[in-house]
Amino acid sequence: MTDTPTDRPEGPADGRSDGRTEGPTDLRTDGPTEGPTDRRTDRPTDRPTDRPTAGRTEGPINRPTPAPAPVPAPALEATALGKRFGRRGRRALQDCTFHLPAGRVCAVVGHNGAGKSTLLALAAGLLAPSEGTVTVLGTTPAAARARVGYVAQDKPLYPQLSVAETLRMGADLNPGRWDEVTADRIVAAGDLDPRARIRSLSGGQRTRVALALALGKRPELLLLDEPMADLDPLARHQLMGTLMAQAAQYGTTIVMSSHVVAELEDSCDHLLLMGGGRVRLAGEIDELTAGHTRVAVTADTDLAPHTVVESRTTGRQLSALIRPAGPLPHEWRTGTPTLEELVLSYLRNPEAPGLAPVPDRAEEAAA
Amino acid sequence: MVEYRIDRHSGVATYVQIVQQTKQALRLGLLQPGDQLPTAREVVEATAINPNTVLKAYRELEREGLVEARRGLGTFVRRSLGTVAAEDSPLRAELHAWADRAREAGLDRDDVAALFTSVLDERFAVPVPVPVPVAETHSQGDPA
Repeated sequence: MTDTPTDRPEGPADGRSDGRTEGPTDLRTDGPTEGPTDRRTDRPTDRPTDRPTAGRTEGPINRPTPAPAPVPAPALEATALGKRFGRRGRRALQDCTFHLPAGRVCAVVGHNGAGKSTLLALAAGLLAPSEGTVTVLGTTPAAARARVGYVAQDKPLYPQLSVAETLRMGADLNPGRWDEVTADRIVAAGDLDPRARIRSLSGGQRTRVALALALGKRPELLLLDEPMADLDPLARHQLMGTLMAQAAQYGTTIVMSSHVVAELEDSCDHLLLMGGGRVRLAGEIDELTAGHTRVAVTADTDLAPHTVVESRTTGRQLSALIRPAGPLPHEWRTGTPTLEELVLSYLRNPEAPGLAPVPDRAEEAAA
Repeated sequence: MVEYRIDRHSGVATYVQIVQQTKQALRLGLLQPGDQLPTAREVVEATAINPNTVLKAYRELEREGLVEARRGLGTFVRRSLGTVAAEDSPLRAELHAWADRAREAGLDRDDVAALFTSVLDERFAVPVPVPVPVAETHSQGDPA
């Protein structure tokens, strides 16, 4: 390989051609750019966030639960969203309806092939839906692009650029928004030589550079597909801390997919559980776990009318995870499941009835 | 300043851990009236927990009158929780002496913990966990 710094990147790493027309991570700002840090001005509505934003504090903290009365523009909203690859291809995604309020940190979990990556790519505007719509920050994915950071699963970067050149490219492609301090700090925390070429980096180091690019853009919505998969435990914890700090400081909405549910439990407050291309559970994690109960009863107990997600009989005991339809008998031993227990129960039982709230607005839209 | 340590496997809700550790710091005199609690940003950067969890804990502390949020400045300690357990307190010294005697009597750590807990339960009412209202309007100062 020659050592000439190319100024015309040839495309994503290892020349994948999966229909992406963009460069590596989605970095471009298409429209006119705003002032450097004042990201609130370009919001569609000045929505109440329950987090402090840079340099000032919000008024009352009033977490919109359980009934978010006046619904501000959600960070992400899908209505009957579907995606089919090829004319007779498998439906990677179907009938997805959910909405994610702004300022949340949302975990997207599900089996391999559940549709997580497809959903994120649709939200990033890298794929076009076959059916339905997806709205990002109150507008179309294309129009929201300047305000959205996306890191694909394979962390595509230009292999021939150095780390420093990659960051400079981020600055050039995001005039007026680029947060050099944040980007530099993320890279520096990984002890990376700024002159090192991307191709010489390990998977985890590339992840770090890709996250630096995405966060340097100071996005309002950050879409991360398996962001932590390549990272060692220390880097994982540290980068997750960086993401949370970003959310705390700027109210950034973060959507991240992962297989490791336990790792997300403390960081995320919203869940999107996918299965078979559909949304099976969607909502605030606190509400979802509170809406389910682990019960241990005698084997002959009738669990009706409660919705049974999973049940198992061992000897004379019946253990189940249910969604209570009303008060439970006092003699039942009950407990609130952890997020991980909840997710695993649903994953083990693909036929269990889902609980993806269909918002009224979706009905209007579908009508 | 207090540093929170989150134990994911303790079975105690994360925000409760922050509340408890703050109270512990107040009891030990590590935090005193006027001291500032770390900002949400600082806590989440170090612990990788969700920012709302920190805010929820701070709201709970505020509700109990232990801290106050000053708009644009941060969250500050309002009152202490008594410092009976300060390094030089007589009660602490007595407990030290008692622990030494327990060890001499052949008790191990678990025995001591069991004994202590049982006396604690005899003498003090078991605290009932306070349900925390989810939606509460408190101003929360927490500068970046």
